[in-house]
Amino acid sequence: MANRIPRVPAREQDPKVRAANFDEVCLGYNKEEALLEASRCLHCKNPRCVGACPVGLKIPDFIARVAGGDIRGAAEVIAQDSSLPAVCGRVCPQETQCEGSCILGVKGEAVAIGKLERFVADFMRQEETPLPVEISKKNPSVKVAVVGSGPAGLACAGDLAKMGYDVTVFEALHKAGGVLQYGIPEFRLPKDTVLKHELDALQALGVKIETNVIIGKTTTIDSLLDDEGFSAVFVGSGAGLPKFMGIPGENLCGVFSANEFLTRNNLMKAYLSDYLTPIHAGRKVCVVGGGNVAMDAARTALRLGAEVHIVYRRTEAELPARKEEVHHALEEGIVFDMLTNPVEILSDDKGWVRSLKCIRMELGEPDESGRRSPVPVPGSEFEIDADTVIMALGTSPNPLIASTTEGLEITRRGCIAADADGVTSRRGVFAGGDAVTGAATVILAMGAGRTAAKAIDGYLEKK
Amino acid sequence: MLTPAICRMKLYAPRLAASANPGQFLIVRADEKGERIPLTISDYNAEEGSVTIVTQSIGASSLDIVSFEAGEGFSDVAGPLGLASDFVKMPLEQLRKQRYVFIAGGVGTAPVYPQAKWLHSRGVAVDVIIGAKTKDLLIYREEMSEVCDNVFVCTDDGSEGFHGMVTALLEKLVSDGRQYTHAVAIGPMIMMKFTTLTCRKLGLPVTVSLNTLMVDGTGMCGACRVTVGGKTRFACVEGPEFNGYDVDFDEAMRRQGQYRAEEAQALENHKCKIGRGK
Repeated sequence: MANRIPRVPAREQDPKVRAANFDEVCLGYNKEEALLEASRCLHCKNPRCVGACPVGLKIPDFIARVAGGDIRGAAEVIAQDSSLPAVCGRVCPQETQCEGSCILGVKGEAVAIGKLERFVADFMRQEETPLPVEISKKNPSVKVAVVGSGPAGLACAGDLAKMGYDVTVFEALHKAGGVLQYGIPEFRLPKDTVLKHELDALQALGVKIETNVIIGKTTTIDSLLDDEGFSAVFVGSGAGLPKFMGIPGENLCGVFSANEFLTRNNLMKAYLSDYLTPIHAGRKVCVVGGGNVAMDAARTALRLGAEVHIVYRRTEAELPARKEEVHHALEEGIVFDMLTNPVEILSDDKGWVRSLKCIRMELGEPDESGRRSPVPVPGSEFEIDADTVIMALGTSPNPLIASTTEGLEITRRGCIAADADGVTSRRGVFAGGDAVTGAATVILAMGAGRTAAKAIDGYLEKK
Repeated sequence: MLTPAICRMKLYAPRLAASANPGQFLIVRADEKGERIPLTISDYNAEEGSVTIVTQSIGASSLDIVSFEAGEGFSDVAGPLGLASDFVKMPLEQLRKQRYVFIAGGVGTAPVYPQAKWLHSRGVAVDVIIGAKTKDLLIYREEMSEVCDNVFVCTDDGSEGFHGMVTALLEKLVSDGRQYTHAVAIGPMIMMKFTTLTCRKLGLPVTVSLNTLMVDGTGMCGACRVTVGGKTRFACVEGPEFNGYDVDFDEAMRRQGQYRAEEAQALENHKCKIGRGK
C-alpha cells in the first residue's frame, strides 16, 4: 500500500558541519528517492493541494509523472503554472499551502511536494536539455518595461517574452534577482546554480536586463512611456524598506536591519574573503523577529561565527517562518527566546551595543490576524548580553516609484493600488508582487507577475 | 589626479547625467569584488552624458578606484541618488535675495562646485571658503573661482591663504562685514559639526551634506540612519542634505566608524595583494 511508506527524508548537510559553511543545507532527493516519495501520493479526486497552491500547480499530475520516471513530463506539467520551480520548491511555505492540505498529513506525513518540485527542476537543470519554448512572432517591435528583477518581475518578463514582446527589465542594484539575490542566503538558495540558471533562461528568451537603473531616480516611468518608447510598464519593485522598532538605542553602533546584514552577505558576498565588503557579526547577536528573514539573518550570523539568539514576542507556534527553517535553525544551535520583546538597546561607553533590554510577554486575546496577541508582563524587564542586534521586523514597499509616477495611486499602507490583474490607476502601468501586497511570498509574487503579463498582453492588443 | 591621493574622474552615464541635480550622489563599484561606494556628484553635463566624481583613497575599495587609468571603467555606476539641494526648488526671485557662503573641506570641495555653479549661473551671490590641511591638498581653486563671486582659501598649517580652520575664516569674513543669509558646509563630519556650531553662533542657517555609510542608497538597508531633529532619517533617500542645527553629529560620527576595524583589515589584506598602487 502506497501510503504505508513513510515520507522520504531529504538528505541534508550535518548541522555541525553546515553551521560553519554557506553551502546549501538541503541536498534534495536523488531520482530513486523522488520516485519512492512520489509513489506516496493518493491522487485524490479533488486534490486539495492544488486548491491550496497560490498558482494552482497541477500537483498530482506532475507527481504521477515523477512516480512513472518521466521527469521531463513532470517538468512540462509544472511549467504550465510555475516559472520558478527550483526556487519555489526551496522557499515556499509548503506546510501552510500544498502540503498543509495533503490528506496524508491528517494521520501521518504529507507528501513532500516541495522537495519533489525542487527535484524535478534540479533534474531538468542538471540532466536534461531545457524544455522547448515557443516564442510568439507577433509583437517583436512592441517594447515593455519591467521594473524590478525579483520573482514578480522575472515571471512577468518571461511570459511577456514568450508572447513575443521586446522586454527590458530594470534593476536598481548591480545584480538581478531582487530578494532572491540580496535577501535569501546561499545556504537556502544557491546563487550560481539555481538563480543564475533562471536569469540565463530569461535572457535566452531575449529579455534584456539593465542593472543599476533606479526607476524614479535614473529615469522615471513617465519617461519610459513618453520618451523611451515603451508601450507598457510592469512594476514589481517589491517591499524593500526595513522596519525598525522605534525603541531607544536603535541607532547605536552594532544595530543593523536584517536587510543591511543580509545584503552585505548575500549580494555583496561578505562571507567570501576575496570580497572587500565589511560585515559585523560580533560575538553575540540578538535577531529580533520570527519570520524567514529573521531565521536567515540568525543563521548567517551563526555561520560568521557568532552566538545567536532569536528574540520573538510570541511563542514558537506563532513563528511566521517556514517550519523547515525554524527546525534547521534549532538544529544548528540558535537559541530561541520566545515571549520576549525588546524595549531598549543599551550602550557601552563607546556607543556600541552592550545589551538588549527586554520584557517578558504573555499571550492574550486573539487579534485581527487570529493570532493571540502578546502583552507585556509588568515588571519583568531583563537584559540579554549582546554586541550586535539585527532587526528583522518585516519590510514595506519603497515609495520611490509611486511618488515619481504621475497618477499612480497607492493604498493607505503605502502599496501600489492594483486589481487582481495588476491594473493600476495609471493607464499602461501594471503592478504585482510585494509592491502591491506588502511583504509576502515568492510564489504569490511570481503568480502576480504572470497574471499581469496576460493583462498587459490584453491591453496592448486592444491599444 | 588633483593631489597624490585625490582623483577626479569623468564617467559616461547619459541617463544619470540627464537626471542629476546639485546635492545628489551616485554609487560606484570598481569591480565584481569591490564595495558599493557613495560619492557626491561633482559635476554633470546632460549634453555630453557625463558625470564627474572626485574621490580620495581611504579604504581598500577607494584605493582601487584611485588606481584606475583613463579609459578603465567601473563595473557599476548607479544614480542619481538622494534629494537635490533645497535651493533647486526655490523660486528664483527669492533665491536672488540670498547670499550663500559655501564651506568646503578637503575632498568635500568637489561637490560644492555644482551647487555654486548652479546658483552663480542664475545670478545668486555665492562665496566659497575652501579649507585643507595643507597647500598640496587644496583642490578646485581655479574651477571654483569661475563659478562664484569670491573664493577664500585657508590651510590648517598656514602654507596657503588664511592660517587656520574654515570656522575661523568664516568668523573673520563675517566680522569683516561680509553678510550671508545661508551657509552650506560639505566636508568631513567633524568639520561640518564645528561649522554648524560656528553658524549657530553667527545666527546663520546652515545646510550640511552627510556622507554616511550606505549599501544600496535607495532606502533598503538603513545603514545611513542619522538622528535629525530627534527623529531617525535615512540619509540616502531623505538626504543627503539636512539642516545642520538638527543633526546629531556625534552619533553620525560614531556610526560612520562602525566598520573601521573590518575595513582596516580589508585594506591591510588588499594592499598586500595589489601592492601600493601609485
